[in-house]
Amino acid sequence: MRYGMAIDTRKCVGCSDCVVACQTENNVPHGYTRDWISETVEGIYPDLALEIRSERCNHCDNTPCVRTCPTGASHVIEGGIVKVTHEECIGCAACIESCPYDARYFHPEGYVDKCTFCDHRVKNGQDPACVSVCPTHCMYFGDLDDSNSEISKIVAKNKVKVLAPEAGTKPQIFYIV
Amino acid sequence: MREELITSGRMNPGIDPVLHGWHWPIPFYLFVGGLAAGLLFFAAYKYLAGKEKDFPTAIMIGPFVALVAIVVGLMALIYDLQHPLYAWQLFTTVRIVSPMSWGAWTLMIVSIVNIIWIFTFLKKIFPKFNLKQNFLKKVVSIFIEEKQYEGELNWDWKYKLLRNFEKFSITNRSAIAWVMILLSVVLGVYTGILLSAFNARPLWNTALLGPLFLTSGLSTGAAMLMILSKTHIEKFTFSKIDILLIVIELFFITHMFMGYLAGSEVKAEAAHYFLGGEFTVTFWINVIILGLVIPLILETMELLHVKIPVIIPGLLILWGGMMFRFIMVDAGQVIRYLY
Repeated sequence: MRYGMAIDTRKCVGCSDCVVACQTENNVPHGYTRDWISETVEGIYPDLALEIRSERCNHCDNTPCVRTCPTGASHVIEGGIVKVTHEECIGCAACIESCPYDARYFHPEGYVDKCTFCDHRVKNGQDPACVSVCPTHCMYFGDLDDSNSEISKIVAKNKVKVLAPEAGTKPQIFYIV
Repeated sequence: MREELITSGRMNPGIDPVLHGWHWPIPFYLFVGGLAAGLLFFAAYKYLAGKEKDFPTAIMIGPFVALVAIVVGLMALIYDLQHPLYAWQLFTTVRIVSPMSWGAWTLMIVSIVNIIWIFTFLKKIFPKFNLKQNFLKKVVSIFIEEKQYEGELNWDWKYKLLRNFEKFSITNRSAIAWVMILLSVVLGVYTGILLSAFNARPLWNTALLGPLFLTSGLSTGAAMLMILSKTHIEKFTFSKIDILLIVIELFFITHMFMGYLAGSEVKAEAAHYFLGGEFTVTFWINVIILGLVIPLILETMELLHVKIPVIIPGLLILWGGMMFRFIMVDAGQVIRYLY
């Protein structure tokens, strides 16, 4: 079991519905966000290329955040989902400093918070909130270990990239380009 | 041309627009931690070299300052936590792969050894029990009582346990000194490793940072002893030691930048923040010129018997050491992989 996500940058229109869905589903405090939209524009006018990506924690295979956590609050649960136990977190920011994606933030209640791949939904067989609301169906979620799953086929069939592969974290969110 | 925008308005406090997860207490702690490491190292080193007569400041007063530095540094560290009341969670686990876990345990053991070291010298540092009748005397007299001895000493511990422990630790002082040398090196290197373990921050992610911070810590320790000591031989010796340490530090810094420039794109970009970019002026003026080059010149002149008040190079070295850590922590958070 290895959860992963694939996002089709060709279909994404950057509507931020995933961002709002996450904030509602996970009760993210006002002014904070666990996922966000990035736009990359490359080239010189009029030869421009635009790429829109919905970004979040990459739930990496090689997790610098879990490694640097001094109390063991950051940990990996079944399916490779990286989570933080709020009661064990002292808010030292070691994980925040070690994340090349800046996907973690200080929750105002005094712990570090981040995307959980909506594990409370996923364990009931549902998709994460962001995936379930996407109006263009550009996001796919599933088990990468199962070669027959929809996401495995999509990742195998399309040309995909990951963010900052040079950081060596083996991210598990794939962007179809 | 390439332009990246976060369009959904990610503005997580402490993360955007520039990462600021660690605030002023962290570089401040890195400075006082390095200072304590230097002071403890020289105390143990001079004791093991059998220079107890010539170097009373280094052996007896230095560790006092080191303990104060460690306590203040620890308070700063706890202050910077988002949930300070949970700080005890650090001591419920040992995590070999987490530098911060190493640091927490090292700091705890170092402060215990430091206290024992001071304890063995208490009678020498305070030979007379001549406190005026006040609150402090009442507190102190819970543990000690006045005794009439021949010579200088006129107090002793009230409890047999304390007396026995004192006797035991005084006879084993050399062993404690060896432990202290080892621990002070671990403490000094750790302040650098804490930063260099983060692959995500290109500026910090260099193996040289450990030895560099250790050298800088030893150098600030020597500078502090130079300021504190009252005898010519101590001032002179630590001045000489500092010259050596400053030269090593300059050598390390040069190599650090060579490493960045020869490295991957993100590393080269990190170096350019210091060679023409945002941090150029603060770094070169405060760290290199004020903190290293001018003290080096002043101390060399001193060796050539030009009269220079030792406090000037001393304070400059301390200033340089502190600024070095502040700049490294701040710049490291500005320079990132993405965006």
